[in-house]
Amino acid sequence: MNSSEQTTPLLEVRHLSKHFGAVQALNDFSMAVRPGEVVALAGDNGAGKTTLIKAISGVFQPTAGEILLRGQPVTFATPQEAREKGIETIYQDLALADNLSIGANIFLGREPMRKAFGFLPVLDRKAMAVAAKQTMGRLDFHVSRLDAPVSNFSGGQRQAVAIGRAVYWDAQILIMDEPTAALGVPEQRKVISLIHQLKAQGRGVIFISHNLQDIFAVSDRIVVLRRGVQAGERKISDTNHDEVVKLMVGG
Amino acid sequence: MTSTSPIEQSETHIAPQADHGDPARTWLGRIAEGRAWLFLAGLIICFEVWSRLAFGATFVLNPFNVQSIAIFAVAPLLLATGQTFVIISGGIDLSLGFIMGLAAVVAAHATNMAGAAIPLPLAMLAGILAAVLVAGVPGIINGLLISRLRIPPFIGTLGMFGVARGAAYLLAGGTTVPVQNSWFALLGNGKFHGVPYLVMITAIFVVVMHYILSQTRFGQHNYAIGANVQAARRAGIDIRGHILRLYVLSAMCAGLGGALYAARFTAGAAQAGEPLLLDSVAAVVIGGASLFGGSGTIFGTVAGALVIAVIQYGLVFVNVEPFWQFIAVGLVIIISVLIDQAQRRFSGARQDE
Repeated sequence: MNSSEQTTPLLEVRHLSKHFGAVQALNDFSMAVRPGEVVALAGDNGAGKTTLIKAISGVFQPTAGEILLRGQPVTFATPQEAREKGIETIYQDLALADNLSIGANIFLGREPMRKAFGFLPVLDRKAMAVAAKQTMGRLDFHVSRLDAPVSNFSGGQRQAVAIGRAVYWDAQILIMDEPTAALGVPEQRKVISLIHQLKAQGRGVIFISHNLQDIFAVSDRIVVLRRGVQAGERKISDTNHDEVVKLMVGG
Repeated sequence: MTSTSPIEQSETHIAPQADHGDPARTWLGRIAEGRAWLFLAGLIICFEVWSRLAFGATFVLNPFNVQSIAIFAVAPLLLATGQTFVIISGGIDLSLGFIMGLAAVVAAHATNMAGAAIPLPLAMLAGILAAVLVAGVPGIINGLLISRLRIPPFIGTLGMFGVARGAAYLLAGGTTVPVQNSWFALLGNGKFHGVPYLVMITAIFVVVMHYILSQTRFGQHNYAIGANVQAARRAGIDIRGHILRLYVLSAMCAGLGGALYAARFTAGAAQAGEPLLLDSVAAVVIGGASLFGGSGTIFGTVAGALVIAVIQYGLVFVNVEPFWQFIAVGLVIIISVLIDQAQRRFSGARQDE
């Protein structure tokens, strides 16, 4: 049980619908994420998970319904706007430039500059490396070579870098789409531990996974989607795998 | 099934093994990165030994040879600096050779025309400026085709290859355009303490391009786009604007190359850059860039351009039939790509585990 039930949710969606022509991808869907809470989104392929996170992260606008951040209604025209408001989406593969260092990835598109010789603007690689070290340290992730390109790292380490970037830019809500897919078991555990860290820092996490094991390991609540509608919402402590599977397939 | 986490126990220590700092790996990686310079050194030593054994004469210690090689390398290097940017971004610019030709013709015409109205040194500057600006036009078109209309760079710039070629020949009236400007001729053939002006200008230009690639956001974004365009887009980088500026930059490099060509030969010719296009790609690849994008440096390309120039000039110097040049340069390109792939397998294997 957690006592944050009364606090204002970090993120709330109310009666969200999204139609693509005649197809109702999402229909009158509501959910909330509180600070320090991990909410799992489960559902079969095509259940509307991706539609939901795309609406939340500003990839497209919902047809109806509203999104509230700390109680304030918001709309996002682009993913950049959502990111500026503190909603960061972490994709499985597409998040990093492999040839750049951790620092360069964290600052990609927002690189700090300094003046060399007092006049020549140059990339401030030292500041990037320092920030990278601190940020990754906060995630209990210690690297010896900060100038190494991230292609030298394993899948779980790269996932940590993507999470580190979100943490550095102070994302309050992290949407993680299948963060453990395509990883080996030890690596999956590292990612799960990272999510525990985010939770401890009071951030909200929306965790999408096909892997019920992972969902039960990390989430506080689980929201099940089926054919664009909410099929059920359970506290993790009050449910089990069988019930969740039943909700997903509609048994 | 219980809902207790099997992970809780392991939560106290999750720091992944920091095993990527292996010094041997780093050391070998450095050598692989600097391979173009090592190759250049080896090549020079070979020619030196050959020259001494066969003719009893020095190759590299002869200042005339060094000057000639440097002059030889200027034009392909100017094209190759722009090409380096484009190849790092994952593209290729096939139009550079004829953009250079177009710029050479424009430089000749503009210098002559301006020379009738304003003092010769100013006319020279006007000619160079006109060449670089006119070269920017096909660059803009390349950039728009690739960024807005999503035409693959190979095809878009191949089309521009033809367009620039035709425009250059039309502008030149199908012939070469002589330049009547003593300052321009001096720029192309004069020296300062034994260093040709052309080499000085190119050296300064290369340093500026190195700065842009390695120290600015533009350069950093160029690497990111070459490695993972999706990640770059998600990071909020303006991909379209970047691609547009990128192809304008590379075309302007060719424009400068054309202007300097016109200065060196005191004439503009549409075919000025025709044989240099593939040399420019070769220089970039020999210099360590990957044609798949995401890697490469300007100084690597400098080494690559010098390797080609040394092979071409050196083989002539030791009196080998000139056709061996093509074979030698071709082999060097193939070897460079093989080394690049071997290095990738070696240092990138971690990803596939």
